[in-house]
Parts: sequence; C-alpha cells; structure tokens
Amino acid sequence: MSTLSSPSRPGRWFKPLIVFDVIAGLAMVTVTWAGLLHAGDAINLAGEEQTAQRIFYFHIGSNIAAFLGFLGSVVGSIGYLFSRRLVWDRWAAASVEIGTIFGILVLLSGSIWAKPAWNTYWTWDPRLTTATITVLIYIAYMLFRNGFDDAETRARFAGVYAIFAFLSVPLTYYSARLFRSIHPIVFDGANEEAQGGFAIGPTMGQTLTIAMIGFALLFFALLFHRVRQFDAEARIEALRERFDE
Amino acid sequence: MVADISGAELISHRAGGIAAYFRHVWAVAEKDIRAEMRSKEVVGTMAAFSVLSAVVFGLAFDLRVPRPELVVPGILWVIVLFAGVLGLHRSFGSEVDHGTLAGLLLAPVERSAIYMGKVVANLVYFLIVEALLVPALLILFDVNLLKPIVLLGLLLGTIGYVGVGTLFAALTSRNRARETLLPVLLLPVLAPLFIAGVGLTSVIVDGRAGSEAWPWLGIIGLYDALTFAAAFLLVDVVWENS
Repeated sequence: MSTLSSPSRPGRWFKPLIVFDVIAGLAMVTVTWAGLLHAGDAINLAGEEQTAQRIFYFHIGSNIAAFLGFLGSVVGSIGYLFSRRLVWDRWAAASVEIGTIFGILVLLSGSIWAKPAWNTYWTWDPRLTTATITVLIYIAYMLFRNGFDDAETRARFAGVYAIFAFLSVPLTYYSARLFRSIHPIVFDGANEEAQGGFAIGPTMGQTLTIAMIGFALLFFALLFHRVRQFDAEARIEALRERFDE
Repeated sequence: MVADISGAELISHRAGGIAAYFRHVWAVAEKDIRAEMRSKEVVGTMAAFSVLSAVVFGLAFDLRVPRPELVVPGILWVIVLFAGVLGLHRSFGSEVDHGTLAGLLLAPVERSAIYMGKVVANLVYFLIVEALLVPALLILFDVNLLKPIVLLGLLLGTIGYVGVGTLFAALTSRNRARETLLPVLLLPVLAPLFIAGVGLTSVIVDGRAGSEAWPWLGIIGLYDALTFAAAFLLVDVVWENS
C-alpha cells in the first residue's frame, strides 16, 4: 500500500516550514516598513492621493501572489492530467485557494486606492474586469471541487476546468481592452487615457521589489501549509480505507 | 438488422476516416434532435424563457432608458447566455436521468464524435431559439438586429458557447450540485465571448462602420478555435473509466 499516490509524511516538513514561515513573516515586516517609511512620496501627487499611492506596494504584491496562484492552478492541473499523480492536483487546489485570497485583496486594495485617484471605487477597466473574472473562476473552481466524492474524478474534472479558465482569461483581458482603459500602466509608459499615474523614484522602485519578493514568500509559505494539510487529509483518507478493509 | 453487424464491421466503423467520423457525429446529433422533437423538453422551455426575459427587460427598462438602442445589445447577449444554461444541462442530464449515458459511451465511435454530436444538436436548439428571440427584440424594442454582421457574430458566438457549454455540461453531470453549478462554472469562462458579442452588436446598433466589428469577430473566432481545440484534447479525459 505504499503506492497510495504517496502523500509524504506530514511530519517531515514541519521544521523547514517553521523556518520558512519566520522568513516570510520577516519579509512582510520589511514590506510594511518599506511601503510606509522607506519609499519616498510620489512627487507629482498631492494630499489624499499621495497617501493613497502607498497602497500600490500592497496592491502589486498581492497581485504577484494572485498571479502565482493562477499559474500554480494550471501547472498543477496539466501535471495531474499527464502524470495522474494526485499530488499535482493537491498543489493545484492549494494554489487556487491561496490565489483567491490574494485576488480578493488585489480587488479591495485597488478599490480603496481608486476612490481618491479616480473618484470612484469601481470601473470596468480591462484589468479590473479580468481580475474580477479570474477571482470568480477561482470561486467556481472551489465550488465545483466540493461536489465530487471520488478524488480521481475530482482531480480530472477540476483540471479540465482550470485549463479552460487559463485559455479564457487572456481573451477576457483583450476583449475588455477594446473598450477604453483608464488604468495607469506604471511600467509600460504610454497610456494617454490613464488617470492617477505616477513616476517611480529610486526608493519607490526598491520598495516595489521588496513588496514583490515579500508577497511571493508569503504566498509560498501559505501554499506549503495548505498542501501539507491536503497531504495529511489524503493520508487519513487512505488509512481509513485500509482500516475498513 | 442489429444482429447483422459483425465484429469486423464494428472495427471498420471505428477506423473509417473523416467521412465516417462525420457520420458518427450526425448519428448522435440526429438521435438527440429526434428525442427532442418527441419530448419537446428543451427548445420550448428555452424559447419561452427567452421571450419572457425580453418582456421582463422591457418592463425593467421602460421609462428609465431614453433609447432602447443603448441596452438592446446587452439584453440580447444576456438572454442568450441565460437561456443557454437552461438548455445545456439537459444535454447530459437527460442521458443520466434515463440511464442511457453508459450505452452512448459504449458506442464504437470516437468519444469526441459523441461530444461533437451533442454540440451539433445543442447548436440547432440555440439557433431555433435565437431565430425567435431576434424578431421578439425587434417588436418589443424597435431595434433591428437582423443585420448580417450581428447574425454572423451571433452564430460564431453561439458555436463557441455551445462548444464550452456542452463540455461543461458533461463535467457537471457527474457533480453532486449538477445544474445549479453549470452557470457558475460557465459564465466567468464565457466572459470574452459575452464582451465581444456586446461590443460587436453595439457597433452595428450604433450605426458605426462595419469594419469596427472585425476585431470583435476576431476575438470570437479565436475563442471558438481555442475552446474547440481544448475540448477535442480533453473530452477523452472527461469520460475515461466510465
């Protein structure tokens, strides 16, 4: 019975995980420090908008983490469909769950920033639309998984759904972009319609890098814990089946 | 008649090339359409729901929207989207209810041919419903959608919708939540189709140059191509060990 798609012993990763948690925690403290104290003010903004701009680090950081979740769901799904080893499916499912949390944080932080910058919480800008649709797909994915009793069927069907989601999300972006966009493109420059954009100074660039690394570490810390939980769950399930026999 | 088919013939049926493949697709589609003509389960419901929705939208927007042209493109696609969900879940739901899915899957044909047959049957249902819906919108809102580009967009959009929808219907037919879940899975994945459909219809309804509709048609065409390619690759995964 050692071939039970081998969920690894949960105890084995306990100590490395604790170390990783501490690193991720320290990284997030650094992100907070850098975002609030280290980064200079955006010179072309004033008042409320200048203060609100600092949410940008949090926003982009969460965005990186949400994107990693999205990527993880596809890699895990394709990995499962090719290898048929349930461990891939557990990574996909964990990626989606953690990705959803960060996706919701992206939408919330964006809305909070948009009120002073755009004078509205919400617009149907392509990035907003795509982010929202992606979060909705994640939620649908989790609901869908809930409805299967058999782990293999669940993994197969959820994998198929994740691949379709992966194909449709970029098209959502492009079709939404054919409508006019007002989201500032900080890295790419030229969007003449953009509102609330700002130039990036050196301390701001450093802070952004710190935020991206910090949030990526936080994402992986949460992801490892969730996968470990799924592994333990699968192990208990397998043990229970063996006990019943 | 059935007894006459020897094993060799069965095998040659499975091989058979492109022509045989299309015969298999048509056989499945014909079976579904014939069953539908007898039971009148799906098309009648979808058509009634579509016209009813158009009336409800009319009541909701009457006196609030200065010109119906502003909302009709959205109304058209929302109704197609919602009415479609209503019909799609029966595609495999009725097979599961009657216990005939296993028999269908045992047929000595490519699994993708079964999927394509279901797609063709659903496409026929959808087009019948749309043929009623577009004139209904003309009467209720006095907006003429009987323009070649709108109809082409509607046709291509429906093909993509049915392609994804039929596969998802197969996915949810095994799920505990069944039909409740289908729209939740389907609507976010259909977002590009919906946005492009509304964009395309708006171009024509606003009376802008027809060339502005091409990018929208391009998105819909790309969506169709991608989803059908993925469906062909993945349909075997859905029905393995069943």
